[in-house]
Amino acid sequence: MSGKDIRVDVHHIARVEGHGNIVVDVKRGELKEVKLEIVESPRFFEAMLVGRRYPEAVHITSRICGICSVSHANASIKAIEDALGIKPTWQTEVLRKILMAAEIMDSHALHCFFLAAPDFVGAPSVIPLASTSPEVVKTAIRWKKLAHDICDTIVGRHTQPISMVVDGFTNRVTEDQMRELRSKIKEVLENDVPKTLEFFSKLKIPAFERKTDNVCLTQPGEYAFYDGAIKSSKTGEYKHRDYKLKIAEQVVSHSTAKQAFGPVKPYMVGALSRFNNNFDQLMPKAKEVAEKLGLEAPSHNPYQITNAQIVETVHCMEFMMKLFDELLSRGIKDEREERPPIAGWTTKLPPINKSWGVGVVEAPRGLLVHEYKFNNDGMIESANCIIPTAQNLANIEADMRKLVPGILDRPKEEITLLLEMLVRAYDPCISCSTHMLKVDFIE
Amino acid sequence: MKKPKVGFFEFTCCEGCQLTVLSLGDKLLDLFESVDIVNFREASSYKGQDYEIAFIEGSISTSKDIERIKEIRARAKICVALGACAHLGGVNAIRNFQRQSDVRWRTYGDKAWLFDSILAQPIDAVIKVDHVIPECPIDKKEFLRATASILLGKKPFIPDYPVCVDCKMKANVCLFHKPNPIACMGPVTRAGCGAVCPSVGNACEGCRGLIPDPNLSAWEEVLKEHGLSIEDILKFYHMYNGLMGVRR
Ligand code: SF4
Ligand code: SF4
Ligand code: SF4
Repeated sequence: MSGKDIRVDVHHIARVEGHGNIVVDVKRGELKEVKLEIVESPRFFEAMLVGRRYPEAVHITSRICGICSVSHANASIKAIEDALGIKPTWQTEVLRKILMAAEIMDSHALHCFFLAAPDFVGAPSVIPLASTSPEVVKTAIRWKKLAHDICDTIVGRHTQPISMVVDGFTNRVTEDQMRELRSKIKEVLENDVPKTLEFFSKLKIPAFERKTDNVCLTQPGEYAFYDGAIKSSKTGEYKHRDYKLKIAEQVVSHSTAKQAFGPVKPYMVGALSRFNNNFDQLMPKAKEVAEKLGLEAPSHNPYQITNAQIVETVHCMEFMMKLFDELLSRGIKDEREERPPIAGWTTKLPPINKSWGVGVVEAPRGLLVHEYKFNNDGMIESANCIIPTAQNLANIEADMRKLVPGILDRPKEEITLLLEMLVRAYDPCISCSTHMLKVDFIE
Repeated sequence: MKKPKVGFFEFTCCEGCQLTVLSLGDKLLDLFESVDIVNFREASSYKGQDYEIAFIEGSISTSKDIERIKEIRARAKICVALGACAHLGGVNAIRNFQRQSDVRWRTYGDKAWLFDSILAQPIDAVIKVDHVIPECPIDKKEFLRATASILLGKKPFIPDYPVCVDCKMKANVCLFHKPNPIACMGPVTRAGCGAVCPSVGNACEGCRGLIPDPNLSAWEEVLKEHGLSIEDILKFYHMYNGLMGVRR
């Protein structure tokens, strides 16, 4: 089959906020073009923030993405606290870490069960799966519900959190609530994980490797989601305020998502990068799960991202239990009087010290950066939000450039499926990973 | 009985409302059983074009959106606006009150001209909407209740009284009266969420839209007493209710 012309147009996804297409163009057996196009409506969040009172940014930017609204809220809060020169209390930070872990668990469960699982059992979606493999769907529902219960209790609502604000929370959780959540996590961890492993260990992961630059947060003492320095497996570590040394942004015409990539080469963010860079800090059960799934750090196979997400999900459950234990042993305090939280519509706002602030967290899909500049009245003057999927676009294209020449002799359906699965593996936002693909081969 | 065919569609938004549907827990399985979902990008790769009920999430913000939503309207017997983006324009409409050339430049620099974009609008600016399920994001219980009503051929009940009523019933201390007051839009906003935001100590931002005949001037006076400027008050409206003047 080599020597022929192939054009693959996969009408797909690739969200920063939405859909995308894969375009691969082969002329006489030679790869001419590989593109991942984003064709979603532009959102303009950075512009919307201009002129707003600083704490309003939290609830506006959490509306960038319904799947990772907690991550956006945390990145936004951290950018503002950076500019205010505030270090939140220990309790506030622990609660934020629990929220991050719950969101990552929810998002990964959605990807692994609702999106990836149907592929592996040859079903078009989770809907028929509900009758053919009800246990799998029910497990997914239990995991998601657990994550939602945790967020609902701590911040009033999971999608679009309410009470997490600058320098604290506007509500207070009780120790009884914490104990209840902890026991729910324990139950899921003990009952569901073995069954889940059995299901996912049967998955066939396509063989493909490309060594890339793994980028994620890292910090001593724990597997970083909430805080840390930016670590590149190739170029070392960067402080959060120096993020631009690693991440440059450019607008490419085929995408409404701005592509982000390091000054030198494409890099990967997300579960597999975190797994590769911070493997040693995973909780014990998560390490066991990795072993059972045959996943070893470092892995250079992007199709392994789904497995890395399963490992992280187990880690998140164990990690949350550990944090709940720490909270309960110290006792939960009402800190609102001593440290009044600064909500979006708090009427009297403390002045901003520094003219700019940066917040970096690990969203489920990888490194998320918010940077704001402020004027003297505490109004936002400009904003920059760099979203994980935007950072992965260049890396996915680089993977496709390596993958395609090696599989040109295979049937069209297989080429398409492998490309589709590759993009899906990156989990470029749920909406991106599901809809039907229109494929044109020009021969 | 033949199950009604249902489609979920998204325009400009965070997709948090569709995700809320996917997070219904056990009730999600009931939903799968009582309707035939032929179009749900968040959950399925299958795309059917024969639906009777269309749940539409998100705002209209490109010229292509207008064509697409008109096609959906032409196919569906019933169109339901899902969430604040579809109902009110949502946070997407914040930029309507800024200069559009600035908005585009700030996000895409000199490539701004490459992207199709018009002012963000609620879906009823373009098509006839039969029912609204408000809030940002939609409330799970309200969604189930409203969907049940729609399937029975009835109009879903959405209250007309303000959030303050629900808030008082929960015996919350009013945010305006706290030691560090937080301005709240509860007095002019449509209830039905159980005052979920004030109940966890944060402002109602008006995401369910205004009540009929709200006493806006009295509310604005209270905000001014708390030191908010006219500009601040306008920004408060712009969170979700910037287009109210156009709508009323
Ligand atoms: S109404 Fe809110 S939660 Fe729903 S799509 Fe719009 S921004 Fe997202
Ligand atoms: S907190 Fe808000 S909703 Fe509650 S009573 Fe006060 S103004 Fe009304
Ligand atoms: S309290 Fe206000 S902002 Fe919060 S959900 Fe209800 S209507 Fe929306």
